[in-house]
Amino acid sequence: MPAKYAIHHKTAKPRFRPIGKLGIVDWREDCSGCHNCVKRDCVYRLYRDEADTLRDETGYLDYIYQCKGCLNCIQNCTKNILTRVINPEFRRLGDDYFTPDLILSTWYQAETGKIPVSGAGYGGPFSGPGFDSMWTDMSEIVRPTRDGIHGREYISTSVDIGRKLPHLAFENGRLTVDPPTIAETPLPVIFDRIPRRWDRGAVTAAVAAAAAEIGTLAILEGADLRENEASVRGRAIPFITDRLAETAHPGGAATVVMIPDSPDVMAVRAALKRDHPARIVAIRVPAAPTVAGRVAELARDGAEVIHLAFDSHGRELGPALPRHARDVLRDVHTALVRVGIRDEVTLIASGGIAAAEHVAKAILCGADLVAIDVPLILALECRLCGECERGQPCPIALEDIDAGFGAARIVNLMAAWHSQLLEMLGAMGIREVRRLRGETGRCMFFEDLERDTFGRWFGKRKADA
Amino acid sequence: MSTVPSRPESGEVSREVRPAPPRYRNEIGKFAVHRAPHCAACGKCVETCRHGVHVRPEGYFHVMRPYDYRCIGPGCGGTGHYCVDACPHGALKLSVNPVSETMGDYRWTPDLLMSTWAMAETGLPPGNHLESEVGASGGGFDRLRFRFPDSPPPGLRREDISTKLDLNRRGDSRPRIAIDVPWYGGGMSFGSTNIRALLGKARVAKAFHGFTCTGEGGYPQRFIPYKDHVITQVATGLFGVREETIQRAPIVEFKYAQGAKPGLGGHLLGDKNTPGVAAMRETVQGVSLFSPFPFHSVYSVEDHKKHLDWIAHVNPRALLSAKVSTPADVDMVAVGIYYAGGHIVHLDGSYGGTGAAPNVAKKNIAMPIEYAIGRVHEFLVAEGIRDQVTVIASGGIRTPADVAKAIAMGADGCVIGTAELVALGCIRCTACESGRGCARGIATTDDVLLEMVDVEWCTQRLVNLYSAWQGMLVELLFRLGLDSVSALRGRTDLLSHLDYEHEA
Repeated sequence: MPAKYAIHHKTAKPRFRPIGKLGIVDWREDCSGCHNCVKRDCVYRLYRDEADTLRDETGYLDYIYQCKGCLNCIQNCTKNILTRVINPEFRRLGDDYFTPDLILSTWYQAETGKIPVSGAGYGGPFSGPGFDSMWTDMSEIVRPTRDGIHGREYISTSVDIGRKLPHLAFENGRLTVDPPTIAETPLPVIFDRIPRRWDRGAVTAAVAAAAAEIGTLAILEGADLRENEASVRGRAIPFITDRLAETAHPGGAATVVMIPDSPDVMAVRAALKRDHPARIVAIRVPAAPTVAGRVAELARDGAEVIHLAFDSHGRELGPALPRHARDVLRDVHTALVRVGIRDEVTLIASGGIAAAEHVAKAILCGADLVAIDVPLILALECRLCGECERGQPCPIALEDIDAGFGAARIVNLMAAWHSQLLEMLGAMGIREVRRLRGETGRCMFFEDLERDTFGRWFGKRKADA
Repeated sequence: MSTVPSRPESGEVSREVRPAPPRYRNEIGKFAVHRAPHCAACGKCVETCRHGVHVRPEGYFHVMRPYDYRCIGPGCGGTGHYCVDACPHGALKLSVNPVSETMGDYRWTPDLLMSTWAMAETGLPPGNHLESEVGASGGGFDRLRFRFPDSPPPGLRREDISTKLDLNRRGDSRPRIAIDVPWYGGGMSFGSTNIRALLGKARVAKAFHGFTCTGEGGYPQRFIPYKDHVITQVATGLFGVREETIQRAPIVEFKYAQGAKPGLGGHLLGDKNTPGVAAMRETVQGVSLFSPFPFHSVYSVEDHKKHLDWIAHVNPRALLSAKVSTPADVDMVAVGIYYAGGHIVHLDGSYGGTGAAPNVAKKNIAMPIEYAIGRVHEFLVAEGIRDQVTVIASGGIRTPADVAKAIAMGADGCVIGTAELVALGCIRCTACESGRGCARGIATTDDVLLEMVDVEWCTQRLVNLYSAWQGMLVELLFRLGLDSVSALRGRTDLLSHLDYEHEA
């Protein structure tokens, strides 16, 4: 039996106390000292456990990170003097895309490597913008394989990066064409360049080490390419903005390199392939409103890999009312299908990939794989507080992070994402992630379901009118 | 918190509504009423309030701490019963309870939780101070409204309105089972949920001539007094599925999929697998139990038919139900269930409850139930088989208004689960799966936590909830001018959607 791809995870406890969602505030006045509350009766022993770990701290314990909000202490308080609040620090975490709940979930996955599991039904909004307005399909009776508990070991998450031939040709039983080089990654997630404000200390080293450990690729630039695990183990994609400097670092031997789009990009690409004909040159294209045409043009001209870069919230760049990657990817994918070359190029999408479900959804919309950056930083305990941009000290001292610890947190996050991707693929009855690409028959879009259901009963949707 | 030991329950269950007060010392309401220390205990508030907020027990001087969860808030002002205005000493203050704002979620808002608690306590509709019909999810049920005629037809009387639901429409040799209200209790397994809560569910099923379902964890002996009201579920793990548990059941339900985790098997975390649970499931204590997905014996609708044939032969009197999730081809799935011999097509939408499921599955896989109902109904109509099969919707049915909306979209009835647990004090903290299980004693198998509820209390809370729902449903049908709930089926013309222009 061939070896199965697995990401091994081990607990990596946070260096700083994470910000919890719920807090119990003791009103203190009139307390009878009965301890009929969290102090004695907490089902989860939180007060005792916290008291043990915080023995040396002097601050007043307002918020309990792990409080699950069961309300037992509040409802059993003899004097009814307890109340519960949402931690204001929690509310301030992140933004409207990287929501506080999403950040907490990312921290959990980076610590444990496990899928977030909970009881009770889904309690979120009916739908939302971007990826939240689509659902993945499932099959009642089909499973990709029936071996093992879930058969999940047999689901492949590998994808290929590189140009593919439209077809093979044979003469006298012998292959007469030379298939181009393909780089394979066992996970449809590669690591993007770390934005400058977070690129300090051992952050990039941690990202590169994690990429090397799980066998995916990391896009690295300039000095970051020297002396890191990914470069040493051939898992780096050098991002080349200065062709002259390119030969000066070990990335020169990399299988895949990346260059920014430019008017003469095909000439730059040709120059880069001159000495290394087998090398794959990826072109990074900002996702402007006209991107579908540009991608089709590049693909027609022979580009092998196109990296479509959205902003951090998954929006296209430029317009006042930008579309989300969900829609742009569908456009780009369709444009390539129309000209008959979709299967020949690899499409990488980055920006706005914030959770495991976004990987599956971006691929359903037409990407072959995704690149991520912000989730990697979140795995390193970042709170997206923006202090670093204002020149203030980082509350989690990102610059002091140990590369091994950081890599372990990122590996854990990818382990959790990988498991979630398997769950979604399994439910869809799809055996390999390559077959998920552009497979919109395996998902449902909000606007289609609304039109086919309520639209037939109630006419036009007001927002569309 | 109740610590009364659970008495051996009798097989008889009354449908009578009786007060079933909350089991916590401090019940949570929308408002908080503070009595300042300078209260002179004059008792004016006790005389004034009509909602039982202020109580002075016979023979006592001091007034009890306010039962502020019963307070209807500032809307009480001007009614002549507003304690804050009535207090001669200005000792009472009313504010919004900060805890209430931290509860619940988009589907189950604080108001929906509290209105369910109020119904479970009193058996009456909750007051107007609570939004008890819709949540805040921003779509589906929460944006649908009824279009009421100007006045109900003359001669229509509330007492003549029928809420009965026929479950066998095939006209075959199997019993014609009708239930008194158009919903029944969903499957919760022994192992996921406190046996006392499960017995409460079984007892209310008996009281309303309805059903509850074993879930996939086996058939506890204590269900036997209620066996005519217990559905045996056959799920992929086949836990506790035996000849006698099939033969005992008036309905046998195949669980193909569950709305909370479509395409994934069941999942009982190791901590909840106690010796009793392990014995029932014939497994090893402490081990996490994953049910496979899907049925390893079903590759096709023909295989599915073999499944139903198997049960049909083991129990010639059982009705057959198939519980499925809501994939894009849910309409075809429903037709398949009918052709295989099913009596009930049970659609479990993506907001369905669970003891444990990956968040990624709950949120993203399969469509919300609101889309599935109409598709299935209209497809069955087009196939000419709509009247031979009963369509049941579940997965996000929180209120009698949701039941009515589901039926107006084309279901015959509903299955409820979370609403029953909320009636028993669930606050949707979503920690059913962790450690010893539910900290509120509902979804747990922990010996100590089990003691937090008793069977009688659970039964009464559910009887009250069902009574309130039935009353509210009758009122709604009356306002719609319909004499039965079956007349509501498929009446999308009686619905409107706040996001649409209504010019189909």
